[in-house]
Amino acid sequence: MQIELRNIHKRFGPVHANQDISVTFHEGKIVGILGENGAGKSTLMKILSGFQPADQGQILIDGQVIDYTGPTAAIANGIGMLQQDPLDVGAFTVLENFIYGGAEGIALGRAQAEATLDDLSARFGFELDPHQLIDNLLIAQRQQLEIVRLLALGVQTLILDEPTTGISAEQKIILFDALRKLARDEGMIILLVSHKLEDVIELCDEVLVLRAGVLVGDMEMPSADHNLTGAVIAETKQHLVTMMFGEELEAQSREHYDLGKPVLEVDQLLVHDLRLDMQPISMSVQASEVIGLAGLDGSGQELFMRACARLGRITGGNLRLNGDNIVGASYRQLFHRGCVFGAAGRLEEGLIAGLTLTEHTALVADDHMRIDWKSMAKRTASRIDQYRVKGRAADNVEQLSGGNQQRVLMGLLPDDPQLLILEQPTRGLDVDSARWIWTQLLQRCQSGTAIIFNSSDLEELVTYSDRIFVFYAGRVYPVPDVSQTSIDELGHLIGGEFQQA
Amino acid sequence: MNEEFLNTLGSIIGTATPLVIASLGETITERAGVVNLSLDGSLALAAVLGFAAAWTAQEAGVLDVPMQIALGIVVAMLVGALIALLIGFSSIKLRRDQVAVGFVLTLLAADLARFLGADFTRIPGPQITRFALPVLSDLPILGPIFFQQNVLVYFSYILMFVIWFWLFRTKGGLSLRAIGERPEAAYARGAKVQQLRYWYTFLGGALVGLAGVAYSLNVKPGWSSPPAMQGDGWIALAIVIFGGWHPFRVVLGAWLFAALRAVSSNIQTNGLFIFGQEINFPFVLLNTLPWLLMILTLLIVSGGFTERLLQYMPRAVQHRMRAFLRSDPPKALGTRFEME
Repeated sequence: MQIELRNIHKRFGPVHANQDISVTFHEGKIVGILGENGAGKSTLMKILSGFQPADQGQILIDGQVIDYTGPTAAIANGIGMLQQDPLDVGAFTVLENFIYGGAEGIALGRAQAEATLDDLSARFGFELDPHQLIDNLLIAQRQQLEIVRLLALGVQTLILDEPTTGISAEQKIILFDALRKLARDEGMIILLVSHKLEDVIELCDEVLVLRAGVLVGDMEMPSADHNLTGAVIAETKQHLVTMMFGEELEAQSREHYDLGKPVLEVDQLLVHDLRLDMQPISMSVQASEVIGLAGLDGSGQELFMRACARLGRITGGNLRLNGDNIVGASYRQLFHRGCVFGAAGRLEEGLIAGLTLTEHTALVADDHMRIDWKSMAKRTASRIDQYRVKGRAADNVEQLSGGNQQRVLMGLLPDDPQLLILEQPTRGLDVDSARWIWTQLLQRCQSGTAIIFNSSDLEELVTYSDRIFVFYAGRVYPVPDVSQTSIDELGHLIGGEFQQA
Repeated sequence: MNEEFLNTLGSIIGTATPLVIASLGETITERAGVVNLSLDGSLALAAVLGFAAAWTAQEAGVLDVPMQIALGIVVAMLVGALIALLIGFSSIKLRRDQVAVGFVLTLLAADLARFLGADFTRIPGPQITRFALPVLSDLPILGPIFFQQNVLVYFSYILMFVIWFWLFRTKGGLSLRAIGERPEAAYARGAKVQQLRYWYTFLGGALVGLAGVAYSLNVKPGWSSPPAMQGDGWIALAIVIFGGWHPFRVVLGAWLFAALRAVSSNIQTNGLFIFGQEINFPFVLLNTLPWLLMILTLLIVSGGFTERLLQYMPRAVQHRMRAFLRSDPPKALGTRFEME
């Protein structure tokens, strides 16, 4: 199979998301599609996989112009896409998801489907229990199911959107092995959309880079057969970064500040959960310290953070803020004592869709019965300036982009909090916005704020944390020395490999 | 077993039938992600118009009795289906809120029924008659309870099994569940989400219409004021929740509700005797009994308790039990679906 895109254009209102993109994908190749958020890489892949129509341009498969609309038509033409949040049904079992959308007919054909599923999973070393509910699976397993499902539908080109976000190093190895096998042995085309340079360098044969909707370059990757030395990787990375941003970015780093007195003391804390066997947690967080929590989603770190913010249930142990016991306190009380929680769901828990930026300012302002809208608007305008938010005070918050919403959230934080508990503070942000957020956070640290945060971006954890705690299935492992820990080592730790050690 | 007791159980099954059919109809509509909140009004309007059609045919002397009844049923089903389609149309096409539209239609249809029904108050019309199923009705215990009923009751049994089979044993059922749970995933697998939603809303509404006419042609013939089905629409909506959107549990819920209602009305007419001693009790409170029991059951089913219980079961049984015991609504219930 060979796919050729010719002069693809796509516009969303004033945004020209794809500008005249022409490219050819060859059989048996693994191609990385790189670019920062909003560069147009997802749009291009959605066009190829039928989720969005192109405004202009042609798609040729094996030299024939093919006109299709809709993801099922794309699959019929041999092109399937694995979305970042796999498009499966949470209330279905693995087997039901596998069957749904497959062959025509009325009967489910469970037995036969189960045999096919087992067959395909065994070929790639996937472990999928056909009777498990999707809601109980890890992201990695849901990805595996989607891959197997698309293969069963006869897909010859597989597109993967950010597949390495939220999975462990071990799961990544399984995934990459499977993808290599598909390309080498079966001549499939694998397209990997990612902003993680390491992954792309490790897996891909060649890389396309998009910037602001334009295809700015392509590059052959150093072959894995020639030893991938550190120097080669670093050089390739630098090259790719220059293409992505049009300029060279400095390596991320931070200063470490002198730590102050303990702010939060956690002593044998037990948090309650039905599915996890949570072990007691102890740690002490000092002023100016940044604590990173690593782990796959649902390993207990979210429960721990919510318990610390007094938003989750505590079943045992002690918790002290500045020496005072806060086990029985409410979040509201904590908030007034300088402890602030930032939820990962920006629009679900952090901000209120339907309210304007000014109204948000008014919400967190001191409790007065009457709202002075003039001064609120003024304060909002100055925050918009200070935090470089692209938006106006009268805009509804859901109209802003994810990066700008996060900036608004930062702007709503009190000026000098004692403790910030932040769930995935840079989730879904591009490199530039993420760095800006951390500059803001570190400024606060310098003046004594302690931070506890979690992230699925291992680089972020290693770069910004003074100490890292790894959560795995309710167990907690303090990483001995963060400065001596590589991203790869951390990837193995979040997969639970500290248990053997 | 005491014959009188068996007859009582039989009559409970009989009077529960409109509730059963309405709840099953609402179940498939909600499984598709659409809330038809108009039930209380739809039942009444379908009852009046269905009865009016059958009665008019009777007065005119056209058709024989079974066909008069069939005419009434068809008219009632169309009425229910059309109201449901209005909700489907306004939410799918006009992007209005399902709850708001459903609520307004409830009030509208109920008032319209009262206005149109005035002419039909307390007049006899054609009636659906009882007919005992051969062989089955002679079964001990089960016979008198389940198989000495009318056609609508038998239909409700079949309906329950058909819906269950469709939902859990066919590809069409997977699609139905998927468009109510995650329409994006259904779309990615080739389902025509909007079209299916229209279809299941229509079908569910038709069943609600059938339930409505079951009152006026059978349970409490004709039209009366206050109407016999007043409030039952809301009860049917509650039963769907109670039944966890599972056809078997929904039917059990409807039967349980009818039984409790029979108990409380019996006590209200005859008084409550314990050991020959009459107990003085504010009997109006007994009307709240069914609700109390529902809330209690919901608490048990939705707590972590069932999840823990499931852990002890063999794996192959686990997922079936989980499907049966689940208490979460379809995730996309009441939401709009738009693919960019």
